[in-house]
Amino acid sequence: MRLVILEDYDLASEWAAKYIRNRIITFRPTAQRYFTLGLPTGSTPYACYKKLIEYHKSGDLSFKYVKTFNMDEYVGLPRAHPESYHSYMWNNFFKHVDIDPANAHILDGNAQDLEAECAVFEKDIADAGGIDLFVGGIGPDGHIAFNEPGSSLVSRTRVKTLAKDTIVANARFFGHDLSKVPTMALTVGVGTVMDSREVMIVITGAHKAFALYKAIEDGVNHMWTVSAFQQHPRTIFVCDEDATLELRVKTVKYFKVTHTAHLYSTLPHFPQKNIFLKAI
Amino acid sequence: MPSNGSVSDAPITQFINCRILKEHTLQREDLWVRDGRILDPEKLFFDEQGYADRQLDCGGAILAPGFIDVQLNGGYGVDFSTPSEDPGAGVAFVAKKILEHGVTSFCPTLVTSPPSVYHKVLPEVKVQSGGVHGAGVLGVHLEGPFISLEKKGAHPEQFLRTFGGSGGVNPLLEVYGGLDNVSMVTLAPELAGSQSVVEELSQRGVTVSLGHSVANLSQAEEAVQQGASFITHLFNAMLPFHHRDPGIVGLLTSNRIPAGRSVFYGMIADGIHTNPAALRIAHRAHPAGLVLVTDAIMAMGLPPGRHTLGQQVIEIQGLHAYVAGNTLTSSPVPNQLTFDSRILNVFWGLGTTTLSGSIATMDMCVRHFQQASGCSVPEALEAASLHPAQLLGISHQKGSLEYGCDADLVLMDDQMVLEATYISGVEVWRK
Repeated sequence: MRLVILEDYDLASEWAAKYIRNRIITFRPTAQRYFTLGLPTGSTPYACYKKLIEYHKSGDLSFKYVKTFNMDEYVGLPRAHPESYHSYMWNNFFKHVDIDPANAHILDGNAQDLEAECAVFEKDIADAGGIDLFVGGIGPDGHIAFNEPGSSLVSRTRVKTLAKDTIVANARFFGHDLSKVPTMALTVGVGTVMDSREVMIVITGAHKAFALYKAIEDGVNHMWTVSAFQQHPRTIFVCDEDATLELRVKTVKYFKVTHTAHLYSTLPHFPQKNIFLKAI
Repeated sequence: MPSNGSVSDAPITQFINCRILKEHTLQREDLWVRDGRILDPEKLFFDEQGYADRQLDCGGAILAPGFIDVQLNGGYGVDFSTPSEDPGAGVAFVAKKILEHGVTSFCPTLVTSPPSVYHKVLPEVKVQSGGVHGAGVLGVHLEGPFISLEKKGAHPEQFLRTFGGSGGVNPLLEVYGGLDNVSMVTLAPELAGSQSVVEELSQRGVTVSLGHSVANLSQAEEAVQQGASFITHLFNAMLPFHHRDPGIVGLLTSNRIPAGRSVFYGMIADGIHTNPAALRIAHRAHPAGLVLVTDAIMAMGLPPGRHTLGQQVIEIQGLHAYVAGNTLTSSPVPNQLTFDSRILNVFWGLGTTTLSGSIATMDMCVRHFQQASGCSVPEALEAASLHPAQLLGISHQKGSLEYGCDADLVLMDDQMVLEATYISGVEVWRK
């Protein structure tokens, strides 16, 4: 794994956005060969999306030949509800960029047959040639997407009941009323994300520190489903200083040194330009 | 990049780089239009997987709902109350011109006239949608003849009427010849027999407005309970506010308005009909009810000279206007509060100072209202769009930029100087 530690939330978000940008640009997607991107929602990636929009508006990044697959969506929440993940993606990302609507895939939490909806989603990913880069976050209970503690580490896209921790964490989006938070969601499985060619997990804030510790310094455990990525060949954890508070000093020191050595991998490949854009 | 046509083949226009008036604020959002209506882009994206066919760059300007003028007596030499060969053509002529003022819908207004005039004019003025040909006609506003003698203002005394004993709208049908295409009637509620008239007009969907009246507050409140919902040019042609009987003005803060209903009031914010301090008092007392109207007369937009208003003749000389009679009064107009040389006040001659309509344009009124009241730009714009639409019960369709509403729009800069007008998403005027 790579562990990239930036000083604060904004710098971590910028680093992650630049990484995504550079991956897409170097891939040189075309109508015959799309770049497939897995996307998260929530407060963590918010600044990252803002940066991606900035790169798009400045002309550096186009999403014309990018296909996206979101991780999850609430069950039973009207799509037009301001807290649905469809609303989140529209307002915070899709409406600002040039992605083709047909290429923006989000699970439909109001489908008649939820299981069929999940199966179709898996098929769509397969038809798209798999995911090139899956970007995700981590819950305070160490979950990836809505793969709550106890989820199978080889699970696929399916319906999940949300854990109490998750409902409590999400209540702030529903007026702090626990009764208003949906109790079920459709989510990609741990296995689904593991199938991606590359995974980037963004973790910021002190409240995520323990989960990060459990994810990378403890064993692979279905109680902390992000730990599954210890067995993925290409995973990057991007975090801020606060998120490292529960890690050993030795771990942090090691990755800070290696990060400096890998600094230049985040630079955009603009052969015609002589400018190196620093990641930090 | 066209939509995939699953719902409609009509082209989609996206207004970008603009600030739209929505939810009572100016928001940095794009506005999407299809089939002359405002489109929900999120639904377009997820349901239809569609996107815009073309984008219009607004250059950072403000995009607001088109203005709605519910009291307009004429303009550019056309007087709606003067029967001509082709009243419909007169209305159409004015309708086209007022696009320049940002008015996308209006109520042609007829002042007190003899039945013959109503019988001739009304059938020719039909409700119709706006477009490149001009602003939409929402329906006629009949101001009079069932008004008070003492508060007739510039209305001709000989044609004033009372309701008679029979009750109901029969006297109105007799005088007007019918209520088709009528969206509003201004009457004086203290006239005997008014209750049943107000009630029946309201049931028929005609907005009842109180004006040119000496009603006290109780009479006014009773009329509101019967269905009246508007006050014609507040302060003008009614008893002044008195602390022991606020009269019609008291409706602004009355606690006897039926639940779920609101009283709206017209304000001629031209700097002349109402002292700015009075405008502020009304606005602060009941901001949600304020409806900007021009009450513009046929002289609006005209050069100096003699002109007819209803059954009267007036004369404009330079910046002054008089009634042209046997003696041309030349006394300087008292209380000259012109703030813009194009806004003139029309005065009765012979020493009286009765106002009779203005020649302000709607966009001038909006700017003056904002300046005089110190309200926000959204509030000023809503007084000329959302509030009149709410008054007429059409706010689901007009006066708002909510999804599904008609795309009647005005584009303006931060000083609310107009740059362009659109009806149903089509540009109908540009500066």
